[in-house]
Amino acid sequence: MEIVYVYVKRRSEFGKQCNFSDRQAELNINILPNPELAEQFVERNPVDTGTQCSTSMSEHEANTERFEMETRGVNHVEGGWPKDVNPLELEQTIRFRKKVEKDENYINAIMQLGSIMEHCIKQNNAIDIYQEYFDDEDAMEVTEEAPSAKTINVFRDPQEIKRSATHLSWHPDGNRKLAVSYSCLNFQRAPEGMSHESYIWDLENPNKPETVLKPSSPLVTLEYNPKDSHVLLGGCYNGQLACWDTRKGSLVAELSTIEFSHRDPVYGTIWLQSKTGTECFSASTDGQVMWWDIRKMSEPTEVVILDIARKEQLENALGAISLEFESTLPTKFMVGTEQGIVISCNRKAKTSAEKIVCTFSGHHGPIYALQRNPFYPKNFLTVGDWTARIWSEDSRESSIMWTKYHMAYLTDGAWSPVRPAVFFTTKMDGTLDIWDFVFKQCDPALSLKVCDEALFCLRVQDNGCFIACGSQLGTTTLLEVSNGLCTLQRNEKNTASSIFERETRREKILEARHREMRLKEKGKVEGKDDDLREEEPTFNLEELVTKAEHEFFDIIYSELRKKETEAMKNKTKP
Amino acid sequence: AEVEETLKRIQSHKGVIGTMVVNAEGIPIRTTLDNSTTVQYAGLLHQLTMKARSTVRDIDPQNDLTFLRIRSKKHEIMVAPGNVAFHLVFKASSP
Repeated sequence: MEIVYVYVKRRSEFGKQCNFSDRQAELNINILPNPELAEQFVERNPVDTGTQCSTSMSEHEANTERFEMETRGVNHVEGGWPKDVNPLELEQTIRFRKKVEKDENYINAIMQLGSIMEHCIKQNNAIDIYQEYFDDEDAMEVTEEAPSAKTINVFRDPQEIKRSATHLSWHPDGNRKLAVSYSCLNFQRAPEGMSHESYIWDLENPNKPETVLKPSSPLVTLEYNPKDSHVLLGGCYNGQLACWDTRKGSLVAELSTIEFSHRDPVYGTIWLQSKTGTECFSASTDGQVMWWDIRKMSEPTEVVILDIARKEQLENALGAISLEFESTLPTKFMVGTEQGIVISCNRKAKTSAEKIVCTFSGHHGPIYALQRNPFYPKNFLTVGDWTARIWSEDSRESSIMWTKYHMAYLTDGAWSPVRPAVFFTTKMDGTLDIWDFVFKQCDPALSLKVCDEALFCLRVQDNGCFIACGSQLGTTTLLEVSNGLCTLQRNEKNTASSIFERETRREKILEARHREMRLKEKGKVEGKDDDLREEEPTFNLEELVTKAEHEFFDIIYSELRKKETEAMKNKTKP
Repeated sequence: AEVEETLKRIQSHKGVIGTMVVNAEGIPIRTTLDNSTTVQYAGLLHQLTMKARSTVRDIDPQNDLTFLRIRSKKHEIMVAPGNVAFHLVFKASSP
């Protein structure tokens, strides 16, 4: 209901000074109560409302200023002897002790304390009071709680000039440490005086990094050796590979020679499973994948050029951004390129041309992450441009499952090591998405805003509970995921494998259809017969639809008629 | 004399590694362990007992600390605090 009040003002009076004056109250509009409106409401008696007879409180969270703490121990040397006793003189101390022992208070105290002490000792000896009683019982069924994740710790880059955290690696034993590599990936925009250092953080101490690694050029990737937890491999911005031994200090232990290294930043480094534990390989956007032995870093043991035309031309080679290697399939490895193509290669091929087995294309931009599913290695996850896609090795034309196109660029992704159907992705707007496609396929199961700046990298700890993500300003956040997302649900493996198989089959059928259609277009003479065959099923479909509609409406009308006759009967009765 | 007996009896219990009696100033009066260990324990545990006692008192002013047990992987330290002295027993914890 609109209430309008109209007033008139002369044009000559516009802009005039306002003269206020008092006057009686004037009734402009009087809206009387309308009793008819009351009929639209039904009075409810009695009414149930909950009340609580207690003080109302509200909960608030506040983030305080960072407080730097350091833990130091105290070494006690000698007790608080009174002034007249010289602690070094044995006689004096003995005399003092004897004097104290003669004191009556002392004797009483000791007797009393002694009896208390004896009681507890006897208790200890009688039963083990800390015994675990229900060890044998299996873990309880997972309760249906909403998936959640919370931030546990934040590690900030102590340098003034902020660099982005480009790669994370968990310590192989115990996962108490996190190695983070920092560099500025914007082309030639690294500010002067930017430090080249990368850090190893201890999770307990977020204020100061535990170890500092000092390379000659900023590190783009950093990986712990899974066999030897003291050795780390780093790929530098200038294309070299550097190796550290944390026992030896923060300077580089081994460095590859510039002439034989990559010519572009090294974007992917992975350790290989070998008996010596010293082999690794690296990939870079210059289009080469090189194998190294860290004992001899002067030149790579093997080089593969990623030219999909198989002609070994470096000019045509695709730049590699991510690298994948699964130790259960030691001869195969996969490379994700800048051009959006995944190349699957065979290491043991005799000629270099045969190294490249097949390619999978489907992304519009660089593939920032590539990982095989730890439970079903035939399926792998790729993250690039605005989607994340899941592929199966069998279907080469397209991915079997993919997410919708997001608003922000996806920067990294990883499978959960404990649940085959869960994977994580990070985006340029600072959100971390947790996808669980057994639970929901269209949207992430959980979407968290971790920070305001873009997230660049992500790493899941081996137990699946902790995730570390690194951002553009060098802040590494450690998150803990709720129980439901890190414990294997019953039947999950079967469900996940059946989903993968179903999608693969669907893609295969679509592929077959596409092939058929292409053949059809080629041979248009046979086209007519095929067309007729095609039209029949569609015609049947339309017929079926109209039939179903008629049936539906028939049923509805009959029901309505029934209701009307009943109403009529009820009316005529009384 | 009775003091001696009490202390000896405690020491002879199964699993007890060492006993110590420390007075209010932190001076070990009687101990069965070596000097450096004794002094270290006396200093550290004295502070801890004071803290524990003040905590208990803070929560309920009429309450007081009667006993303090610290169980670690290797041993269990039992402290009986008193006003004049406190009594410390060092035990092997059951596996």
